[in-house]
Amino acid sequence: MLKTFAKGGIHPPENKLSAEKAIEILPVCEMVTIPISQHIGAPAKVIVKKNDTVKVGQIIAESGGFVSANIHSSVSGTVQKIEETFDASGYKRMSVTIKVEGDEWLETIDRSPEVVRQCTLSSEEIVKKITAAGIVGLGGATFPTQIKLMIPKGMTADTLIINGVECEPYLTADDRLMLEKGEEILVGVSILMKALNVSKAIIGIENNKTKAIAHIDNLAKSFQGISVQALKVQYPQGGEKQLIKACIGREVPSGGLPIAVGAVVQNVGTAFAVYEAVQKNKPLFERVVTVTGKSLKKPSNFLARVGTPLTALIEAAGGLPDDTGKIISGGPMMGKALRSAEVPMTKGTSGVLILPNPEAKRKIIQECIRCAKCVSACPMGLEPYLMMPLSERRIFDRLEKEKVMDCIECGSCSYTCPSNRPLLDYIRLGKASVGAIMRSRKK
Amino acid sequence: MNNLLNVSLSPHAKSSDSVNKLMRNVIIAMLPIMLFSFYYFGIGAIIVTLVSITSALMFEWIISKFILKREPNLSDGSALITGMLLAFNVPSNLPFWIVMIGALVAIGVGKMSFGGLGTNIFNPALVGRVFLLISFPVQTTSWPKPLDSFTSYTDAVTGATPLAILKEELKKGEKVSDILEKLPSFMDLFIGKIGGSLGEVAALAILIGMIYMLATKTITWHIPVSVLGSIFVVAGTLWLINDEKFINPFFHLLTGGILLGAVFMATDYVTSPMTGKGQIIYGIGIGVITIIIRIAGAYPEGISFAILIMNGLTPLINMYIKPKRFGEVVKNGK
Repeated sequence: MLKTFAKGGIHPPENKLSAEKAIEILPVCEMVTIPISQHIGAPAKVIVKKNDTVKVGQIIAESGGFVSANIHSSVSGTVQKIEETFDASGYKRMSVTIKVEGDEWLETIDRSPEVVRQCTLSSEEIVKKITAAGIVGLGGATFPTQIKLMIPKGMTADTLIINGVECEPYLTADDRLMLEKGEEILVGVSILMKALNVSKAIIGIENNKTKAIAHIDNLAKSFQGISVQALKVQYPQGGEKQLIKACIGREVPSGGLPIAVGAVVQNVGTAFAVYEAVQKNKPLFERVVTVTGKSLKKPSNFLARVGTPLTALIEAAGGLPDDTGKIISGGPMMGKALRSAEVPMTKGTSGVLILPNPEAKRKIIQECIRCAKCVSACPMGLEPYLMMPLSERRIFDRLEKEKVMDCIECGSCSYTCPSNRPLLDYIRLGKASVGAIMRSRKK
Repeated sequence: MNNLLNVSLSPHAKSSDSVNKLMRNVIIAMLPIMLFSFYYFGIGAIIVTLVSITSALMFEWIISKFILKREPNLSDGSALITGMLLAFNVPSNLPFWIVMIGALVAIGVGKMSFGGLGTNIFNPALVGRVFLLISFPVQTTSWPKPLDSFTSYTDAVTGATPLAILKEELKKGEKVSDILEKLPSFMDLFIGKIGGSLGEVAALAILIGMIYMLATKTITWHIPVSVLGSIFVVAGTLWLINDEKFINPFFHLLTGGILLGAVFMATDYVTSPMTGKGQIIYGIGIGVITIIIRIAGAYPEGISFAILIMNGLTPLINMYIKPKRFGEVVKNGK
């Protein structure tokens, strides 16, 4: 039986061009630039100096606060410069640039291909290892993983939900990872279960990945408490709140966290990184990235090192086509359009999407005809048609009452609008202002 | 890099829906009705339809260009739809100049005076229709007999509509069981072999249009189902109470403009509520008011007024009927 979330949602063309392409290991390039802010929260603090030599997996920046994460070198070589450079956000951020010399890994990292299933560590030791490895949520939000594993006092988790939905069109990184590293992911899931002290884990996978569902389902038989749930192909099935609703039927209260309903959600990529960190002593410095687009010669899935310039990824996928109008870091629904491809990939880079020119441009905005398609598309039960003018006219008190802060910015409203209205753009503006007002009220 | 990249916020994908496409779907859904009206009412139907459409487009263009002083946009199809709907709402022997006045009021007062597409409160075609009904009560309520007047326009042979017959006979104190013999059969009602306005007679054609619009997701089920359902329930209850005073609910559903109104007029995006719940309240309101007017009002027909009244209440419905927010109800015990 296919499950899905309660309301709203859309079904954009899936365009999974690289679904059949096995993960290729991208050769290490000559120079990598590793930003020290690759996660939500405080930037890490650089602990290397210019001209230091570093090995693969060596820590180069330490967690800079409670919500922060360690950053490790993804290559071996010499630190060339530590300065502000442009990253995918379009802002200049502090980064460490390393000139690559050879490929010498830290001796502590177990590079053997054998899957290690046995884990005797305690819950605290697991969390410690995950923290040290600098693991963040690899679904795109890049929230430091260890924080999600520390359950606030007075709350209990009973279910771990693993996000293998990959509802973004085009992206196939998680799909391929599940097919090729299924057992490792499941070991990672059981480690996470141990860390959280829960006995039940559900892996939610959208039903357009039938091979991955069958594969993981088969493997899961030898793991206690882990089951696979096939989900209807419906965007945003992979939204945290939507996924919880679909898998266990619980609704995270407005303004609350998943733990309020006893659930913790982690991405399949994160589960794999947890496996590597805990069982193989390998920090998070590489990940699977989908490089895709209809105009691209060779849409592919690469295992690439953090800090690799996106230009190198695009080159490996056949080079940038001439008619390129947009380069997106991430998928078409929630990804970020880049000013230039001369930026490094980070822990959160799940894909690079190239859109050719006519498609890359927005269409002409027309009057709202009140067709209500945005209202029926909104998975959070909001009214985008109403929030846009409220935000435009800066009527923030009404906007707050209309629950603008509940918006998960999935973009279903803008996608579905027949008048091409930039609904989400204005809702984002409104959210920023309302959020600031709400914070100032607390002070 | 030789060309600049587009840097806009997500989403970067857009559905293939557009205003033009939605309007085109509505127009396609109306075509069977138009063909049926041409078949039943001949030359008169063709003249009325053409005059109504061209004058709606013309007035939209003139008002946009010279009064609102903005680039006229006829290509979105909304003025065309208003023109078609207005024609559907009048008899085929209506003099062309009255049709033109109707189109002027529909477009000018009903739509452009509020600011054009998307901002009007009342369904433009109905504003035009009701204006004509009140201003030209004789011309707008003489109904040519179907198949009888293929080549005649304003000189067509006219007869009363089934609803008018019912109203008259009931006034005289006749019993429903006796009146039924004077009324057309259900089959004639279904295929539209009855007197009436261009678009309201052929129930079959309207249902085809409705299925097309539902299949293409142009409209949702909420409004048609709630309008027709509430009429069925209210009329059915009255009929069960006293079947000599009140006629059966099927007769209500198949006569007059109820089907046309429920499928094509009440579902107008601009003037109907935004949420499913709101649309059901709006639909039930239309159904109940329609039956009240039909049974207790002066006019034999009530759906035009019912839709206009509920159009007026739509902003209020939008204000108070909100969709169920995700996570609004905190469930106890998880």
